[in-house]
Amino acid sequence: MSRRVTLTLGFEGNTRDVTVVIPDDEPTPWQWGERFALVGQPTPRVDGALKATGAARYTYDVQLPGMLYGAILRSPIPHARVRSVDLSAAERLAGVRAATTIDSGEVRFAGQEIAAVAATTPDIAADALKLIKVDYEPLPFVVDLEAAMADSAPSVFARGPNLGKPKSSTVGDPDGAFAKAAATIEATYTSPVQTHVSLETHGAVASWDGDELTVWCSTQGVYAVRDDLAVYFSLPPDQVRVIAEFIGGGFGSKFGASPEIITAARLAKAAGAPVKLMLPRAAEHLATGNRPSAVQRVKLGVDSTGALVAIDLKQHGSGGIGGGSGSSGPFRSVYRCPNIRLEERNVYTNAGPSSPMRAPGWPQGCFALELAMDEMARKAGIDRLEFRRRNNDNPVRAAEYEIGARNFGWAAKSAAPKQQGPLRRGIGVASALWHAVGNSGPEAQVIAHRDGRVELRIGTQDIGTGTRTILAMVAAEELGVPLSTVASEIGDTHYLYSVPSGGSGTAPSNTPAVRQAAANLRDKIFRLAAPTLGAEPGDLEARDGQIRVRVNPSRAMAFADVCKRIPGDSISAQGERIANYEGFRNDQSGCQFAEVEVDTETGIVRVVNLVALHDAGVIIDPLTARSQVNGGIIMGIGFALFEDRRMDPALGVMMNPTMDDYKLPGSLDVPEISVTFVEVANGISNTGVMGLGEAAHVASAAAVACAVSDAIGRPARDLPLTPDRVLAAMERPA
Amino acid sequence: MNRFEVITPTDVGSASRLLAEHGRVAIAGGVDVVDLMKQDLVEPPALVNLKGLKELQGIELRPDGTLRIGALVKLAEVAELPLIREKYTALAQAAGEAATPQIRNLGTVGGNLLQRPRCWYFRNPDVHCLKKGGDKCYAIGGLNRYHSILGGGPSYIVHPSNLAPALVALGASVRIVKFADTAILATAQTELVALDKFFTLPTVDAKRENTLGAGEIITEVIVPPPAPGTCSVYLEAREKQSFDWPLVSVAVVLSPAAPGKPVRDARIVMGAVAPIPWRSPEAEAALKGAPLDEARARAAAEAALANAQPMSDNAYKVVIAKVIVRRAILKAGGIQVETA
Repeated sequence: MSRRVTLTLGFEGNTRDVTVVIPDDEPTPWQWGERFALVGQPTPRVDGALKATGAARYTYDVQLPGMLYGAILRSPIPHARVRSVDLSAAERLAGVRAATTIDSGEVRFAGQEIAAVAATTPDIAADALKLIKVDYEPLPFVVDLEAAMADSAPSVFARGPNLGKPKSSTVGDPDGAFAKAAATIEATYTSPVQTHVSLETHGAVASWDGDELTVWCSTQGVYAVRDDLAVYFSLPPDQVRVIAEFIGGGFGSKFGASPEIITAARLAKAAGAPVKLMLPRAAEHLATGNRPSAVQRVKLGVDSTGALVAIDLKQHGSGGIGGGSGSSGPFRSVYRCPNIRLEERNVYTNAGPSSPMRAPGWPQGCFALELAMDEMARKAGIDRLEFRRRNNDNPVRAAEYEIGARNFGWAAKSAAPKQQGPLRRGIGVASALWHAVGNSGPEAQVIAHRDGRVELRIGTQDIGTGTRTILAMVAAEELGVPLSTVASEIGDTHYLYSVPSGGSGTAPSNTPAVRQAAANLRDKIFRLAAPTLGAEPGDLEARDGQIRVRVNPSRAMAFADVCKRIPGDSISAQGERIANYEGFRNDQSGCQFAEVEVDTETGIVRVVNLVALHDAGVIIDPLTARSQVNGGIIMGIGFALFEDRRMDPALGVMMNPTMDDYKLPGSLDVPEISVTFVEVANGISNTGVMGLGEAAHVASAAAVACAVSDAIGRPARDLPLTPDRVLAAMERPA
Repeated sequence: MNRFEVITPTDVGSASRLLAEHGRVAIAGGVDVVDLMKQDLVEPPALVNLKGLKELQGIELRPDGTLRIGALVKLAEVAELPLIREKYTALAQAAGEAATPQIRNLGTVGGNLLQRPRCWYFRNPDVHCLKKGGDKCYAIGGLNRYHSILGGGPSYIVHPSNLAPALVALGASVRIVKFADTAILATAQTELVALDKFFTLPTVDAKRENTLGAGEIITEVIVPPPAPGTCSVYLEAREKQSFDWPLVSVAVVLSPAAPGKPVRDARIVMGAVAPIPWRSPEAEAALKGAPLDEARARAAAEAALANAQPMSDNAYKVVIAKVIVRRAILKAGGIQVETA
């Protein structure tokens, strides 16, 4: 059965009523002006102390009795046929318990898996790798993007050319619009391959008990890994258990049973003992994924009012032996434009495969689009923020522009006289867009115990964002109990199904399932309490740790006292995440303002200040939400200024697969960051929560690059903006 | 990493004798040695642990006015000691700019001088380059954005030490001890080597960066007293502000450093530009004999880089080096410069 309800949705100064039909066992979606006890309160992470003290158990920390240590041999050369792999000497080494080849066909990048061993200590495993004899037949290779596109370039795949087929789309009449445009600009923007650099590397601990496999692994999707392993080993899924209690980051690189997870399980089976196999840092850079490079030729046109009339993007990029280099997302949807032509092409090179990385395609697309927007605004003689306002039709972003401009001081900074010395400040603004509405599928269970404890269980995982905390907050809110009485149990396929943590989907997919389960449990608690309170269950409410009569709150029982009436040891209820409602909007915007200081004599850039405006529906915990925005910005600064997978074209290998040479921002490279959320009640699910991980990262590099360009008075079109690049950009005519 | 034993001698004589045996490596802070071992770049059968040696500890101003810094003194201590900050400013600044607080709390003065180059071809265990006995410097025609612009060939590494340019500019020496084993007594041979003679170019031996031989130990650094009115400055340019190696560094010692007075003596030594700390007599000559001003500093910086021979990707280092040298000279001379 279902019911029809009219919801007030929207944000400050912009609400409207939306009528939706919702199932009977689904709580009414949170609306604009909803009053909460816990939701929205800045709340320290429930597992913060565990992490700070080292008590949190990551895959790296798992120790099992009799556990062996696995290690993987990787190809040092970028392209070869493997004639033979001789494991015999490795197998004879004392302490080696299993050795296996990893057949991944032809070697197509330096770092590809060749063989693996398991031994009683990590040192013996490392020694054993050195005893494996591999007979390679080297083949010609190419690692450079432009070189790979030449007709004479060595083929990465025998099945086709290195230059993939173009993926094109056209809306309206771009050629006609460019011909009539009052002004146009055209420029090419480049960005490098960026690697994920999760602080916890990929890896697993695998343990067999007969035909039952248990795997602890650092993953964004325990269920996805379970299903992959079940297929690989031809087991029913219920004979595979995957556990990820704590995860040191993933950023899109940790979906499914990757080679090291399967290898750990294979070695464990062969050795008849548990095997731990965690990747060393270099392998993490070489083989576990990356954000593809991009070369984007962008053309924009405006009419005499400053309205965008045409966009043209021609892009190519390389994800090594992987694809997914496309960057057109921002061009098709951030700004209003009637005539758009987009063309994207993958280029294959002998380098490690791409994998999804934090808003795949968007940070690089946003970088090119926003720099082009700046160049267009300057040519049209319009303030850069005003130019964006004129071409924006998203009311949430319009509000964010205004709040951001005020917090950042855009007008005053724009009017400030140019400095005369070598240090020049510059400002930039860039817009974000994302669609983290979440998916149906997750099922949650919430349990009340006789002693008053509440436990929630769901097969999601926390990749570092604070999932345990926000889920516990949602359950505590619904049950009217203090957060300290609720424990979140996640990261285990023994709990009910949840979706992988990707696409910023964890919060929007899981919070509604938890809320529904908690609401169903609350109804059971009401039925337990009703006779004592002399009221109908439907007349009760759960607040302040009490179950009480709504019209007469003095008739109340403590939640814990109601739990004492549980006939057995516990009562529980389930909830499911149902499909999205129509809601207010199904997108989220956001914008970021950056101020930088450039030493124009050395080309060294310092980001001074970053003001971020974001919306993510209802913000459950402003502290963890802000942390995600901080992280997205810092990763964006790395992309803008430092990070670059540097491949030697003659050797075909990555020269900087270390934390030393692959340069990530450190504490002194992080600016003052101010984060403001525009709360939106979007009614898209019963919580209306949206994800933030990607939205927070989309615009950061673009805002920084726009600010650098402003500081030096010339467009800085090539990332990363290392001193050599900045000095080179300054050589261009202004 | 190979299997190894750790031997902890209690006196420098035993340490020297232990280190004379083939392949053994000294360990103090362990910052670089452990890294090299993890990459299989050194595979010592034994590490000789110097940490307990009394002869290598402590900082003192000696009666003759010289400053003695034990080789085991931590970078953090050099950076923070008021005596060094006031009289040997460039040295304190060089130590303070190195690495991270954690590494400065572990890394020693001796280790900083003796650390191996950061070249990514040298550090890659799969690349058998000239420095490892191969026949080729891969920086030539390769990725050389961080390589040398002066004094390169046949290897084009840059010397990675922060302290070395400052100490060379301050006229420092290192005491090197070697104990010859005799039947009854160990006899110490101790030698004071000027630091500008200690570091050697790849033309001497591409596999080494200095003259330290087997069984030899740096026990201390001796810095002469600065002439009255001397001022010293160390500056470096880095891509990142946290935990990064300098693209270019420079130490400048000027005396007298008072504005308006003619410069009597100048020492200018650049780091991260050449396989050794690179002293520039040309730049020094450009400063001597006249009062310092912006134009003179600029001319000296031009002179310092006049012989630069950048590689395919590192011409920008020449630009940055000129700026850093000029700014450091002006700072040492008490002339204000606007810098980040």
